[in-house]
Amino acid sequence: MSAIHLQVKIHRSAFKLDLDLQLPGQGITAIFGPSGSGKTTLLRAVAGLEKNQQGLIQIGEHIWQDTQQGVYLPTWQRPLGYVFQESSLLPHLSVTDNLNFGLKRVLKSAGSAQSDAAKALQASIELLGIGSLLQRMPTELSGGERQRVAIARAIAMQPQLLLMDEPLASLDAARRQEIFPWLSKLRDELKMPMLYVTHSAEEVTRLADHLVVLAQGQVKAQGPVSAVLTQVVNPVVVGEDAGALIEGRIGEVDGQWHLSRVDFDGGCVWMRDAGLPVGKAVRIRILARDVSLATSEPQNTSIQNQLLGTIQSITPDAHPSQVMVVLKCGAEEVLARVTKRAVDELALQVGQPVWAQVKSVALVA
Amino acid sequence: MILTPDSWQAIQLTVALATSTTLILLILATPLGWWLSQTQSAWRAPIHALVTLPLVLPPSVLGFYLLIVMGPQGPLGQFTQAMGWGVLSFTFTGLLIGSILFSLPFAVQPLQHAFDAMGPRPMEVAATLRASPLDAFFSVALPLAKPGMVTAAILTFAHTVGEFGVVLMIGGNIPGKTSVVSTEIYGHVEAMEYAQAHVLAAGMLAFSFVVLLALALMNRRQRQVA
Repeated sequence: MSAIHLQVKIHRSAFKLDLDLQLPGQGITAIFGPSGSGKTTLLRAVAGLEKNQQGLIQIGEHIWQDTQQGVYLPTWQRPLGYVFQESSLLPHLSVTDNLNFGLKRVLKSAGSAQSDAAKALQASIELLGIGSLLQRMPTELSGGERQRVAIARAIAMQPQLLLMDEPLASLDAARRQEIFPWLSKLRDELKMPMLYVTHSAEEVTRLADHLVVLAQGQVKAQGPVSAVLTQVVNPVVVGEDAGALIEGRIGEVDGQWHLSRVDFDGGCVWMRDAGLPVGKAVRIRILARDVSLATSEPQNTSIQNQLLGTIQSITPDAHPSQVMVVLKCGAEEVLARVTKRAVDELALQVGQPVWAQVKSVALVA
Repeated sequence: MILTPDSWQAIQLTVALATSTTLILLILATPLGWWLSQTQSAWRAPIHALVTLPLVLPPSVLGFYLLIVMGPQGPLGQFTQAMGWGVLSFTFTGLLIGSILFSLPFAVQPLQHAFDAMGPRPMEVAATLRASPLDAFFSVALPLAKPGMVTAAILTFAHTVGEFGVVLMIGGNIPGKTSVVSTEIYGHVEAMEYAQAHVLAAGMLAFSFVVLLALALMNRRQRQVA
């Protein structure tokens, strides 16, 4: 998979978007930022829905826009899928007709066989579990069902790039939980790259592989999600929710104590058994406030999880009494929020090996 | 009560005129309403005012100018004469042109409102689903504007049936040629034939009420669906 190159410049009276991004050609790239940071405008510019701009939009070898060469494909000629924030099903068409709307036109221009269409359609229906909704009209669906149909409609066209604009923002918490598994499944099963706009840290930690942080129309940070999340300079999640995101695998399940062990590059931690089988890939989150530090291996403690790491940085935190310590444990980074006095008493320094005691581990995906 | 042959002809002519006007206006007003709802051109305001003009002008003013334009000395009259079509005033074609202009706002406004109410999102969705603008207009905008189109058709038809001033000015109430129900009633009253006038007048009253009732019922059903 080749990469995505986005150069977007939009200047308006009250708003300026100016960025140059190289993004991986696969997985979910989350575009994260507060409202007004230009996330949606960026997505619309990639789709060609926002015209007032200049720059370069290149997906693999395909150039959708290049103002220097005078190339500009209108939206309908860009092989993309777009999921809008609110329900965007065409209200006069049934679910089936909505699903077929784009697919039919893709086939007509590509000249592919009908059987391919039927296969692509069936696959997307199964992937999003909407088989029982096909005959219904959009008004007869719940908000979550509508978004699932909208996602299926987009991926049935097998686009080169899937754009999702806060697809969960219009849903309540329960509906959101209902859609999460489908989105994780998309990420794991589809090859196509996705740009996922969100202002929710939860969605970032659960879904994203790559993260771009926007503020006031500019890129504040970007990179693999676990690296960006542990950045202390431009924290994505601040306050009580700051912490590390670690990818690992279930290494062992201890039935007697209802615990399972997650192995990752840099150590292992035990967490509550969530019924996942050995070998299953998981994401866990260790919040900075749940990590304490010790200069020697702690003995006789109730804390089950201890990780050996090296201090990478010590940065002041929001409150003057606190500091954020970043540890390198193997390939992963772990954050610890401790008091300045503790750092002073233990004489902690960058490069020093320390034991991190992890009080709690949360499974996010 | 029996209708005179002239009254029958007037009814037939009225229906023919209203039907032709409605069909032609739907074809003209749909792109015009779409343009008015979408454009950001500086021409929007003046064109909108022009389209709305027949709503406020006395029909006699419109009829007067049309008479002059279509007459032997008028620009349109000279053109039609040069083409060998003769003069359009006091003909069915002339009447049709007058009706179309007179009912223009009744066709354009419901359509424009329907397109406005749709918002930009459905067309954007269609574009992300590979529909070209023309394709999206026919497969998304028109179906979504269907209620507006039905309203436009009913209003145009009813308004054409009810017009009087323009018809009298351009058509001149010639039996069998340009005499429609409204002018026929006027003729009967002038001739003191109140019985004949009653039949036609009561018929118009009933027709207008039924049309407005149908519109109201339709609007209520739509609100329930939406």
